[in-house]
Amino acid sequence: MADIDKKKEMNSRRRFLITATSIAGSIASAAVATPFVLSMMPSERAKAAGAPVEVDISKLEPGMLLLVEWRGKVVWILDRTPEMLATLKKLDDQVVDPKSEKPQQPPYAQNETRSIKPAILVAEGVCTHLGCSPVFRKDVAPADLGPDWLGGFFCPCHGSKFDLAGRVYKHLPAPTNLVVPPHIYLSDTMLLIGSDRKESA
Amino acid sequence: MRKIKDILFILCMVPLVAFASGPEIKLDQAPIRPTDKLSLQRGAQTFVNYCLTCHSAEYMRYNRLRDLGLSENQISDNLIFTGQKVGELMTTAMKKKEAKQWLGVAPPDLTVIARSRGADWLYTYLRKFYRDESTATGWNNLAFDKVAMPHALYQLQGKQSLAVKTVDDGHGGKHEVKELKLDTPGTLSKTEYDLYVADLVNYLVYLGEPAATKRVQIGIIVMLFLFGMLGLTYALKLEFWKDIH
Amino acid sequence: MSKRLESMLEWVDARFPLTSTWKYHLAEYYAPKNFNFWYYFGSLAMLVLVNQLLTGIFLTMNYKPDASMAFASVEYIMRDVDFGWLIRYMHSTGASMFFVVVYLHMFRGMMYGSYRKPRELLWLIGMGIFFILMMLAFTGYILPWGQMSYWGAQVIVSMVGAIPVIGQTLSNWILGDFMLSDAALNRFFAYHVVTLPVLLVTLVFVHIVALHEVGSNNPDGIEIKKNKDPVTHIPVDGIPFHPYYTVKDIFGVVGFLIVFCGIIFFAPEMGGYFLEYNNFVPANTLQTPDHIAPVWYFTPYYSMLRAVTVNFLWVDAKLWGIVLMGGSVAIFALLPWLDRSPVKSIRYKGPYFKIALTLFVISVFVLGWLGTKSPTPLYTLLAQIFTVIYFAFFVLMPWYSKIDKTKPEPTRVKE
Repeated sequence: MADIDKKKEMNSRRRFLITATSIAGSIASAAVATPFVLSMMPSERAKAAGAPVEVDISKLEPGMLLLVEWRGKVVWILDRTPEMLATLKKLDDQVVDPKSEKPQQPPYAQNETRSIKPAILVAEGVCTHLGCSPVFRKDVAPADLGPDWLGGFFCPCHGSKFDLAGRVYKHLPAPTNLVVPPHIYLSDTMLLIGSDRKESA
Repeated sequence: MRKIKDILFILCMVPLVAFASGPEIKLDQAPIRPTDKLSLQRGAQTFVNYCLTCHSAEYMRYNRLRDLGLSENQISDNLIFTGQKVGELMTTAMKKKEAKQWLGVAPPDLTVIARSRGADWLYTYLRKFYRDESTATGWNNLAFDKVAMPHALYQLQGKQSLAVKTVDDGHGGKHEVKELKLDTPGTLSKTEYDLYVADLVNYLVYLGEPAATKRVQIGIIVMLFLFGMLGLTYALKLEFWKDIH
Repeated sequence: MSKRLESMLEWVDARFPLTSTWKYHLAEYYAPKNFNFWYYFGSLAMLVLVNQLLTGIFLTMNYKPDASMAFASVEYIMRDVDFGWLIRYMHSTGASMFFVVVYLHMFRGMMYGSYRKPRELLWLIGMGIFFILMMLAFTGYILPWGQMSYWGAQVIVSMVGAIPVIGQTLSNWILGDFMLSDAALNRFFAYHVVTLPVLLVTLVFVHIVALHEVGSNNPDGIEIKKNKDPVTHIPVDGIPFHPYYTVKDIFGVVGFLIVFCGIIFFAPEMGGYFLEYNNFVPANTLQTPDHIAPVWYFTPYYSMLRAVTVNFLWVDAKLWGIVLMGGSVAIFALLPWLDRSPVKSIRYKGPYFKIALTLFVISVFVLGWLGTKSPTPLYTLLAQIFTVIYFAFFVLMPWYSKIDKTKPEPTRVKE
């Protein structure tokens, strides 16, 4: 200790070198952290498994619901009858977002029926409250849902209700309408879910 | 101390010398050009046309071939013959069990074959097939005696046969040299065929480690940074150690 | 320091020994001022340990300890996981560099007598770390489930079977099967990612606690604590670890990283020494590769295992080989009691010790090199000769270290 120079004051050179090394060290740490953080993103396998799916809807009949899996989620394809479509107008004042103003759908599905073709609804069957999958209840005025029920989707977990365009009813846990995933018609009966570009097929 | 260091140094060199001795046949050096994307694309084409019929590359996804400068559409249009999607793995149509019945052994997966065999061995192997009526397939190989695989590229290379020559080694001893001569020419000349195989081996090396090119690129940046850091930390060390006599 | 920060620190210090720990282990830990190049490897070993823990955690996120999936999951990491290749190479290179650093760290201790009184226990804890490290390397090498993983493990586990009477039962118990299989892979994975790392980190902690209790040795091998300033009670040849050795070690770390990153980015296989070529072939339980050799850091011991070819004293050669191999590692633990020299450091030891140490180093290198080769009669003979030299270094030490002509130790350290 006696050998240490008494005038070991913090001179400007020393201060500069400490700062420079600290900055370089921080850059290095950030650079090292980057690959570790990125390694936790979905891998190529996950991306491949989440690739768009093609669905043949030629056998879909009016009033019928088709379940499709995309990215581990259920996607509904519902061919709505004219009667079903007629219910939507009546419910405009009962649902939270009647004009679909919140970005829960691609621009091409931001319309009265929330769909590209008026009859065919494509929506993720995932409740926007906490991720349960709602049940399709097309029966009108059943005992449990009350006389006003015109058909729609009912979430068994926390009781949220959605109409036949996936619009959420007011004063219920779910905050927003069901999500309409990106989709496109490759032909009249061939639907691509997960992408709205034909090349992705 | 100096002596110890000298001895350590010499000892470090010993294994290098000793490892220079290789396998029985001399391997030809494969002209690998990992940055030549056109060569890699040609190799990929050969790979899916010929190799993938029997072998798989089941850890590799087709869409990874974007590394070679191809678009997903180009990949699915030109390189996928199995009806698979572009994100799927390069599996083979041939069933392992059937392959074992036909060939005696299941064809190995080729994803990392270049890492276990080495590029030079592959380059030599793919060019050293010869006709041998004593084997089940009628083919043998100088780099792999009694190999179960028939020559998949013989239409291109032609048919070779073995010629054993006895050569005087100049010290009074004699030894046998195995040589191959081309009996029936294929559709490619020898030079063309060598280039063809070089492209394929180039691709196999890429297939073994698709990240290799990126690895080297990142490595150069990392090294430059570290050398800068070395100077900086040395200056810092000297500055503090001025205090100590 | 701002007032606010100071009061926060006071709050913590009243509840946790933060400032005092900082002082005891860094700011007021007095290390000899004459550390040379060889003294970088302790802190570097810590760096590699952190690297292994960190990369290991991220590998575990994607690896599958299942005999039918392990090989594919490693290739999945190498290809499908973003930067998975980098994390895997950091781990595989780190494994080899751990041994490089630890071997140099041990060699430093042998040169400067760091195992001598009062550091015997410190040395023994270090030997414990070395042993755990070898277990980690062994269990880790199995995980990719390639040909070398499988057959390397097969050879090591067969050794257990050589133990008289209980060998076979013990081997079955270790494997959880009658052969090396999925059951063993799964449990070795558990050891590799939980049991052994916990033990290793604990032992490293204990190693540092013991070091800071007795104080660091130095290239002169003299005790700086014997010469303290009468007023301050600080060793006159000591300097505070922080900032002097922290800035020096940071420089050492950067120097090491240049080598480390050079390997990771430009030669991750290191010519087949860090990643063996045959391990890119999935494990095949029916076919041994033509040539099997352990990874480089185990080759000296492997050579000694193969060197014993004669039965001796009712015990067969196989068991003697295993005993010798175990002994070649365990015998390091006896060094504190084998060395009878009046001085610690090679600087003041006589020619006998210098010759003995040189021969020992040569024998380690030659045995290491022989371990990578297929055995031939000449190689086996060489292995036998150098095994004798290896053990002679230890066994004859009480004799040659005592009669050696030593130089007197100085009272103060030299620069």
